[in-house]
Amino acid sequence: MNMNDTPALSADAGLTIAGKTYRSRLLVGSGKYKDLDETRLATEASGADIITVAIRRVNIGQDPNAPSLLDVVPPSRYTILPNTAGCYNAADAVYTLQLARELLGGHKLVKLEVLGDEKTLFPNMPETLKAAETLVKDGFDVMVYCSDDPIQARMLEDLGVVAVMPLASLIGSGMGILNPWNLSLIIEQSRIPVLVDAGVGTASDAAIAMELGCDGVLMNTAIAGARDPIRMARAMKLAVEAGREAFLAGRIARRFAASPSSPMAGRVG
Amino acid sequence: MQIELNGKPHAIADGTDLVQLIAALELTGKAVALAVNREVVPCQLWAGRLLAAHDKVDVVKAIGGG
Repeated sequence: MNMNDTPALSADAGLTIAGKTYRSRLLVGSGKYKDLDETRLATEASGADIITVAIRRVNIGQDPNAPSLLDVVPPSRYTILPNTAGCYNAADAVYTLQLARELLGGHKLVKLEVLGDEKTLFPNMPETLKAAETLVKDGFDVMVYCSDDPIQARMLEDLGVVAVMPLASLIGSGMGILNPWNLSLIIEQSRIPVLVDAGVGTASDAAIAMELGCDGVLMNTAIAGARDPIRMARAMKLAVEAGREAFLAGRIARRFAASPSSPMAGRVG
Repeated sequence: MQIELNGKPHAIADGTDLVQLIAALELTGKAVALAVNREVVPCQLWAGRLLAAHDKVDVVKAIGGG
């Protein structure tokens, strides 16, 4: 964050995951953009350091020289976070991330998501826990898309994952933070980073997540699906920064009573 | 002989190794990973790793995703 105009304020320390510190607390997906150029521009505008990607079979016979995602989101500039989107059981998720690790030259930081059904894209937590255990034992640093259930989040933390990422509402729904109380319970108990993953619709949702004390926010559709994705990427960057600053500053208590901002003494009336 | 490549039947010559398979697919030097029968094979081990009939090969890459 640019603090040049307020030199007395220290900059946010950044987001530390698995021992590495990232400047931005906004993580973005790379799906649903209209082309790779828009992907590149929106990713740059977001200021994100960590970018999620999906792992898919190569289309045999397609032009092998067509530009690829990693050309516009190069691993030399960004931390690439391979995901297991589309996996519905632990075995497929583990296999996908083993391929990702090879693809990215031994890279260990991954996003685990094991889905329950196509209608809700809700996490299948028994399979998620099973996959997390296998991956942690295999040396991966695992960030986990999970339900906003504090008990399951604690189970994941006890397995040794490096971040828990509860959904705020359904993936791609844009419904925002539907259960801030559960998120607060998870934030309060966790000794590892807590990131909201899924459900953010607009900038205020991201700010609310950060004001609650989340360590970061991961989003894709809210940016890629906006009328102007590049401008929305910038809006999300600012919202995450603003929400973090408000959290650090400490908001006033809510009270149902007015309190004048100007002194009563010395009025001319 | 026939193998299964990314879920579809695919004909290769007997004695094809993984380096030759990737070359035939024009993917040499591209950011791809490969597994045979769901075992990831690191690219350093592609040379001399021969394919057998009915092997199931997955060749994957990174694409946009959230």
